[in-house]
Amino acid sequence: MFKGLGYSLKQALVQIFRNKGMAVASLFAITAMLLILGLFFFLTVNVNFLTEEIKEQFDTIEVFLQDDQTEAQADVIRTSLSKLPGVESVEYIDKARAMEEFKVRWGDNAYLLDGLSTNPLPNSLRVKLTDLNEGDIVAEVSRNMAGVEDVRYYQTEVNKILKVSEGIQKGALVVILFLIIVSVVVVSNTVKLTVMARQEEIRIMKYVGATNWFIRGPLLLEGMFIGLIASLIALGCTWAIYARLMQAFGQQAMILLSSSLVETNFMMINLAWIYIALGISIGAFGSILSMRRFLQA
Amino acid sequence: MIIFDNITKRYGSKVALENATIHIDKGDFVFLVGPSGAGKSTFIKLILKEIEPDEGTLVVAGRDITHLSNREIPQLRRSLGVVFQDFRLLPNKTVFENVAFAMEVLHHKPRVIKKQVPQVLELMGIGEAADKFPDELSGGEQQRVAIARAIINNPQVLIADEPTGNLDKDTAWEIMQLLNQVNLRGTTVVMVTHAFDIVEKMGKREVEIEGGRIVRDTKGGIAADV
Repeated sequence: MFKGLGYSLKQALVQIFRNKGMAVASLFAITAMLLILGLFFFLTVNVNFLTEEIKEQFDTIEVFLQDDQTEAQADVIRTSLSKLPGVESVEYIDKARAMEEFKVRWGDNAYLLDGLSTNPLPNSLRVKLTDLNEGDIVAEVSRNMAGVEDVRYYQTEVNKILKVSEGIQKGALVVILFLIIVSVVVVSNTVKLTVMARQEEIRIMKYVGATNWFIRGPLLLEGMFIGLIASLIALGCTWAIYARLMQAFGQQAMILLSSSLVETNFMMINLAWIYIALGISIGAFGSILSMRRFLQA
Repeated sequence: MIIFDNITKRYGSKVALENATIHIDKGDFVFLVGPSGAGKSTFIKLILKEIEPDEGTLVVAGRDITHLSNREIPQLRRSLGVVFQDFRLLPNKTVFENVAFAMEVLHHKPRVIKKQVPQVLELMGIGEAADKFPDELSGGEQQRVAIARAIINNPQVLIADEPTGNLDKDTAWEIMQLLNQVNLRGTTVVMVTHAFDIVEKMGKREVEIEGGRIVRDTKGGIAADV
């Protein structure tokens, strides 16, 4: 195959030029597929990103102390909690600091809190977990301790979120796989038209002793080239769309989910490789598939 | 050069060729004659390895080709040249390109192709037609291009499937002269034909197939029952 690379390249370009209509049809097909695919990619990556954030945020248990507990008493509880398995550290947060953190979270609206005459927040212990699986036990133990008012631990909620995000990711994967199959079929049908038009030529090539790779070479490169162009077009479109989306909804996402979306550049660099690899593979695979029948003996 | 040893080929229950045994030596010129559907096409297809024999052993160009992998078939075909009744030239390529194409397949350098193709076209008497397209040529000229394409890679065997079938008498005879010339250069020629006048005039070996059996084989013009 490599011996005839020059020949294949030349033929591929000549063929693309001669069958402009066909090439453009394949080009659009692959571009469209990649765009839809990119959409699902964004969805998956962002969902994944948010899930990780959530996981990180919820690996803590907040143990609220009764108001009559002194700091010394709190320290006793702290020591016993930090000895439990799966606990990384326990930090004492007094009312004042709790209020500060609260204000930070409220951001621009923090001035509303200034109107409070007394600080309603309790002193608390913040338990950081190393193992989320131990969370339930740690929460239960702390709940039953003397001096503990209440325990806040969102494990069930976190599990629900994790399940939903897993579902979204699996769904997206199925859709992506389906799209890849569809685009291979579309491309293979388009290339098949080219191959059919050249059936006689292929037959004669075989009579003079051309190997299958010699015949396949130009068509394969043709498919790969179309795939490459399609991936570049799709990449450009996605970039424009995503940058715009970030501009429009980035802020809202921040407020709603208290977490940012994945950054444009990071997204694009990863997507570029996926698009190019997929585009070229779809083009190549489509070509090979369409030729299979014509190359037998 | 070509040895059929008890070759049998069936299509389903229909026997196309039965226990065919024949030796064709290097440099032979053999006519394959017989009614339509007698098995001549099967004979040619077996040599070209378009089909596999069901029984027997087949040797072509010193090589046992009874069973070849898909990978080995192109190698075999490079030692064969083929000419068809309907010429089978590529209509969107010039005469030069049609012949050059057979060399490109073998990865010859453009420089070598540019030198050899005109020589062979000249040999076939169509040197001036190099830049024309097939539909600008007469039937006889097209067949000359086809022969040029078949012999450009110096095949050991030239297979001609009714090469004169679409040509008038005089043109047919010219083509026969060319095939004879190719044969004189040492290439074995196997030609399928219905044109008995040509067979008679040429006075070469005849192999007659009827109902899938070889019923007659004359060697050196002398009839010998097989």
